[in-house]
Amino acid sequence: MEIPYTISTRPDTGLWNAKIGIWLFLASEVMLFGGLFSAYVFLRLDAQPGEWPHGLLNVPVGTMNTAILIMSSVTVVLAWAALKMRRYRAYWWYMLATILCGIIFLFVKLYYEWPQKFEHYGIFIKPAALEKYEQYLGNNRRTEKGMEPRIEISGHLHNPEALKDPNIKEYEIGLDPVYVDPNNPANDRPHFLYAPPTDDIAKIEKEDVERIDSFGPWHSAYFASYFTITGLHGAHVLAGVLVFIYMWLPVSKKLYQRNPEHLANRVEVCGLFWHFVDLVWIFVFPLFYLL
Amino acid sequence: MNNPPDISQDPAEHEEYAHNVQKHVRGYLTVGALLLAFTGITVALSYVDFGTRKANIGVAMLVAMIKAGLVAAIFMHLAAEKRLIYRVLIFTGFFVFALFWLTFLAWYNPITR
Repeated sequence: MEIPYTISTRPDTGLWNAKIGIWLFLASEVMLFGGLFSAYVFLRLDAQPGEWPHGLLNVPVGTMNTAILIMSSVTVVLAWAALKMRRYRAYWWYMLATILCGIIFLFVKLYYEWPQKFEHYGIFIKPAALEKYEQYLGNNRRTEKGMEPRIEISGHLHNPEALKDPNIKEYEIGLDPVYVDPNNPANDRPHFLYAPPTDDIAKIEKEDVERIDSFGPWHSAYFASYFTITGLHGAHVLAGVLVFIYMWLPVSKKLYQRNPEHLANRVEVCGLFWHFVDLVWIFVFPLFYLL
Repeated sequence: MNNPPDISQDPAEHEEYAHNVQKHVRGYLTVGALLLAFTGITVALSYVDFGTRKANIGVAMLVAMIKAGLVAAIFMHLAAEKRLIYRVLIFTGFFVFALFWLTFLAWYNPITR
């Protein structure tokens, strides 16, 4: 049995079926991401002073990934236009470019951005002990200037065995640059270029520590929402790439030879999904990387 | 910007049709360049101090809205789409607004602290 209305429009909706289908799906996707963004807004507005971290993500890498996703959105619409003009060769190349962009995006996330977080530690200091670590925190100056206090010292943990061993009484942490020079006004706002932890080691006694966590979802409401939203977004990118690979393989060339307009319509609905994924990232990028 | 019409079956009209799609392609490239430019603008503006953090968030969201609008209107063809799709999206917009509104209610009147 032939599937109806793959090319011709259905009289009552005025659309071919897949088009209305993808838009109904995207409407549900809007609600899914809408709920998560709504939770983000709630968590952020309710964060106590100093609890919402700033400038922990790598902005140049995030900017690059944003650009890659935008370029893939352009190539997928060009792939569709090429099919409309019945230029299969051009379509094939644009589709390949789209797939590669998606893979690069995922690769940067999975092998660079996320793993780095799990090796980076934040030590939250008990309120009573904050004064003791003033040389790293610079809170006297911050209070004078009316800025939120720093309650955490972060960097590279040099003695990870201290996490498990109760006999080790202090953590040795290679400080992030901010804590090396906390009173420098240049450190009041995040920097564009990412600066790795330094070799300046601070010793922090365990009894002064409220908690110590790597920059995973357990670290804070910030990282919990970061990993949830970028993880779900990454799953969408992966799904898009898999569907595009199917559209690009020889099996789709057969469909093209049989009915080119049908393939063009398939690419159009996949493209709509892909643009939506791009659209979500347009909000994710400033909210998590920049603000 | 209208969408390219469905392709003609008549070979004589095909060339004219291809030319028509080509014009759209130029539009897509322009929008892509604009989106890249706005990405740069977003990054640059985040290092400008607009007084309060709220003001900075507002500016960044404004730029993001412009970018999202471009993607939706041109890449997703919403600038010229069939009426049924607009109807679906009006409901979506309404419910997403309600979703955010519920969250704000909880923020203004928390159950416990």
